[in-house]
Amino acid sequence: MTFQIDSGTDLPEREIDIVKESVSADAYSKVNRDDRKTVGKITHVDARMTCRNVNVYYGDKHAIKDVSLDIGKNEVIAMIGPSGCGKSTFLRCLNRMNDTIDSCRVTGDITMDDIDIYDKKMDVVLLRAQVGMVFQKPNPFPKSIFENVAYGPRIHGLAASKTDIEKIVVTSLKRAGLWDEVKDYLEEPGTGLSGGQQQRLCIARAIAVNPEVVLMDEPCSALDPIATAKIEELIDELREHYTIAIVTHSMQQAARVSQRTAYFHLGDLIEVGDTDMIFTNPRHQLTEDYITGRFG
Amino acid sequence: MSAIALIFTLALLAVFSYWLGRKRSFAVVNGEAWKLHSLPSYYGFYTAIWCGIPALFVLAIWMFFESSIITHLVVAGLPEDIRSLTPDRLNLVVNDIKNLVTGNIVSAEVDPSMRAAADHYIHLSNISRAALTVLVLVLAIAGALLSMRTIRREKRARNAVESIVKIFLIASSTIAIFTTIGIVLSVLFEAIRFFETVPLTSFLFGLEWSPQMAIREDQVGSSGAFGAIPLFAGTLLISFIAMLVAVPIGLMSAIYLAEYAGKKVRAVAKPLLEILAGIPTVVYGFFAALTVAPFIRDSGGLIGLDVSSESALAAGLVMGIMIIPFVSSLSDDVINAVPQAMRDGSEGLGATKSETIKRVIIPAALPGIVGGILLAVSRAIGETMIVVMAAGLSANLTANPLEAVTTVTVQIVTLLVGDQEFDSPKTLAAFALGLLLFVVTLILNVIALHVVRKYREQYE
Amino acid sequence: MANSHKYTTHIVRAGLEKRYKKEARFRRMGLAAIIMGLIFLSMLFISIIGNGYTAFWQTFVQLEIHLDASVIDPERTRDPEIISAADFGGIVKKSLRDMYPEVSGRRDKRTLYRLVSSGASYYLQDYVVANPEQIGSTIQLWVPADDDVDMLMKGHFDRDKPEAERRIKDNQIAWVDKLVDQGRVESRFNKTFFTAGDSREPELAGIWGAATGSFFTLVVTLLLAFPLGVATAVYLEEFAPQNKWTDLIEVNINNLAAVPSIVFGLLGLAVFINFFGMPRSAPLVGGMVLTLMTLPTIIIASRAALKSVPPSIREAALGIGASKMQMVFHHVLPLAMPGMLTGTIIGMAQALGESAPLLMIGMVAFIVDIPTSAMDPSTVLPVQIYLWADSPERAFVERTSAAIMVLLMFLITMNALAVLLRKKFERRW
Repeated sequence: MTFQIDSGTDLPEREIDIVKESVSADAYSKVNRDDRKTVGKITHVDARMTCRNVNVYYGDKHAIKDVSLDIGKNEVIAMIGPSGCGKSTFLRCLNRMNDTIDSCRVTGDITMDDIDIYDKKMDVVLLRAQVGMVFQKPNPFPKSIFENVAYGPRIHGLAASKTDIEKIVVTSLKRAGLWDEVKDYLEEPGTGLSGGQQQRLCIARAIAVNPEVVLMDEPCSALDPIATAKIEELIDELREHYTIAIVTHSMQQAARVSQRTAYFHLGDLIEVGDTDMIFTNPRHQLTEDYITGRFG
Repeated sequence: MSAIALIFTLALLAVFSYWLGRKRSFAVVNGEAWKLHSLPSYYGFYTAIWCGIPALFVLAIWMFFESSIITHLVVAGLPEDIRSLTPDRLNLVVNDIKNLVTGNIVSAEVDPSMRAAADHYIHLSNISRAALTVLVLVLAIAGALLSMRTIRREKRARNAVESIVKIFLIASSTIAIFTTIGIVLSVLFEAIRFFETVPLTSFLFGLEWSPQMAIREDQVGSSGAFGAIPLFAGTLLISFIAMLVAVPIGLMSAIYLAEYAGKKVRAVAKPLLEILAGIPTVVYGFFAALTVAPFIRDSGGLIGLDVSSESALAAGLVMGIMIIPFVSSLSDDVINAVPQAMRDGSEGLGATKSETIKRVIIPAALPGIVGGILLAVSRAIGETMIVVMAAGLSANLTANPLEAVTTVTVQIVTLLVGDQEFDSPKTLAAFALGLLLFVVTLILNVIALHVVRKYREQYE
Repeated sequence: MANSHKYTTHIVRAGLEKRYKKEARFRRMGLAAIIMGLIFLSMLFISIIGNGYTAFWQTFVQLEIHLDASVIDPERTRDPEIISAADFGGIVKKSLRDMYPEVSGRRDKRTLYRLVSSGASYYLQDYVVANPEQIGSTIQLWVPADDDVDMLMKGHFDRDKPEAERRIKDNQIAWVDKLVDQGRVESRFNKTFFTAGDSREPELAGIWGAATGSFFTLVVTLLLAFPLGVATAVYLEEFAPQNKWTDLIEVNINNLAAVPSIVFGLLGLAVFINFFGMPRSAPLVGGMVLTLMTLPTIIIASRAALKSVPPSIREAALGIGASKMQMVFHHVLPLAMPGMLTGTIIGMAQALGESAPLLMIGMVAFIVDIPTSAMDPSTVLPVQIYLWADSPERAFVERTSAAIMVLLMFLITMNALAVLLRKKFERRW
């Protein structure tokens, strides 16, 4: 494979062992922005994934600058910011979807279960089975609804028999809130559904693998308000079983579905904190400007 | 004046009248060009077109019919006993006369009547040429002068020129249609005449093909056997072998180049494979006959197989090589047309690359790939030189790739190359085969193009 | 739920090894396909070059020839016409008899004469006409060897085979060996191959006639196909309304691109030759047939080139009051021209390599003369290759291969030109 993975063992960033330093999280968040940039508490008490000093380059372009952030268990964390701020890029780092882009290079630490996911020993396939992804535009495969959902379990060998597969498909579709709408049309092509249904099908497809974390990259940007409301409702329900990281361009959506919010600006993680706090009492000027609608 | 000189003179006249027209346009407004409706050069073009086009048109028509009309007149002037000959023989005589005219060697003794006919011919063509020259030059000059006289200040020269150009554009675009009509008519007429002697059913379903022994009194219509089944079988056998080679290799190399290969590998391997597409088929034919066929025969001999030196295997194998780049570039197109979102979706679930390719990309690209393969089949069926050079002439009805078979195209070539007697079922059979070939490939192409287009629309 | 996640991870991990094996196998299959393709390509080139490179040299034999004045020019006129009418074949034969006085018997003598090419007398003729002062003296003249001798010298005949199985007999070999010992055999650059027309004798056969025929055919094709192709593309892309008629044209073009080339040959035979009575074997007709064949290629490429010109340029031109025709001819066409030229070159390369339709219109005749116009009977390079490939002589095998090398050189040059053109003018809007 041709992508470049830099586990970063020989890079200076790595030598500052932030993982240990960040134990004193409060101290960290109070440091002057010129040193640490991010305002707010980047850590989480029950972190599923921890990112430290993550940098992403597209060729010469520095797309993500030294971002550190924890993603907590069973929380919904929203990433907001003006377009081009790097929130999607950061999200794609979490299950190494950036690997598919040739010119992309990632440095820093992203760990899951204390394993660096960019480590050579880490397996991308395994990682992606644990960290699923839902994309901006619904992208059902040109197969039947059933086969769309069954795809993940089939490739990973999660089901021993036909009944197992059926069970997984039904559960996933139910969890994705799609079952009642499609149960009679399971053999119809997934591409024939409406946009909102397609996106829920994609969510069903993602959770059929039973991942621990589900990444959602602006999942509602291509949908109408009613479909969006359904997905938002669904996200809230899914929190029970999964950790969800969602990128959104809509502040209202972030406010509605997330517990924590991270605000990105030009590749920097400016501020992170409880959603309520961010939206009612932003601490950084840029965050405030964005939230009050001065730019975006 | 010869045609070339005439065309050259016409061109000169046109250039001159361009200049005249331009000058004239200045003159009508006393040099104040801004008063003209169109730019001065348009008046020039206008005059040049009127000078050149009608004259050129007449010239073309004249040239087209000159030879046949003169021949007709000469034949009419021939003695009765020659005129009453059969068309074939008459043709020979006419050829001899023409040869006499050009001073070539003649097949028969030159008798006075022939000599007279040749002189007649020369005389007529001299008259024709002189008349043509005068006519064309008069037309050109008259056209230029008349059109010059119409130049006025408010004359819409640009619109006139542009509509003429547009007519030319429209006329050009109809050539494709006329070509198709021409193909259909040219094969259809002869084929119908063929089916007058050999019934359609015995052509389509006959199991024996031997046009060579056509002159046997006891046979119906004194013609050979024209059962085309062995030809279809041979064509299909060779095409099938070609597909067996081309589809896996072409498809897999397209997949590798599109999904796996690094920039450098792609930059080297892709153009190299495309060289295969640029090699003339006659070269493949030579390669098949000189290298591959003996190789297969000898290696077959080593393991005790009796391989014909014109085996279907050799021809099919080489044809497959020829088609590899065709399959691979068509597959490359359709694979690249599968949206990245599909790859992302699959890899986001943790599928490996090959799983993504096998379970998502290929099924998604399948209509396009099938369309591409149909086009490749159509190309294999119509391929001529490889089979002419490497496959045999004997119409065996066999499925054994080690034996020699013959194909539709090989038979068309053999029947039409060399001395032909026109109107014999043997020659007409070639057109019947041509009709069949055209219809079959037409159907394949239309289906394939339709499938591919539908496929593209799906992702556009 | 945590347990269930662990369970998933466990299963996925267990299956990984097998899946990666499959992945590697699939990848290797792809690589193998590419390598296979490249192997075929190199085999083709090795076979052609290996068979053909020797054709660029030709064995020459030095003869000692007495230019007998009584045979050549008894009246001592020094008139070139009288000189060239002399029996030079006889002189060459006599010189051979003199060089091998031991050979007797009609059959052996006839074999002996076959040491040198039947074209040797023309060499002698040219020499004597150019140097009439030499008449009466004895000269040493290099003449081309017979193709069998040539093949022997190039090592294409196995001397160890029993005599009955080879084309060249023992006594011939002995004679040749004697010539070699005397230093009378030399390998020279085969000029004839590049300057002569076709011949039944391999050592006298050349590709110039076919190359000229190809040239005329291509000129006709280019003159017809380029303007017609560009005009069609411009009409369809810039002017044509979207209706059934243009759809029909489009379907026709796409379909014609996939019609077997031999069918175009049938069209040429039935329409151009039989119906309009145009001459057989003429490059003019060949060019017309190839025009119809290459038009779809040119049209499709030209349309793509026109499509790639952004609409903003059209709007800009129309916006300042240009007519649609002016917009097309002043702005769009020049910008699309490199792409159109690329397509045309590729179409021409196709036409240059095509042979099947030309067989139909009689361009397979055996033609010795070099054509001087597009109306003369002639053949083209690929058809010449086909004709030679059919000839039984071993020497034609190498000449066929050499002709293929020349043809491929032209084709590679043309395609490289197209690539260069594309690279140079490629523009991203």
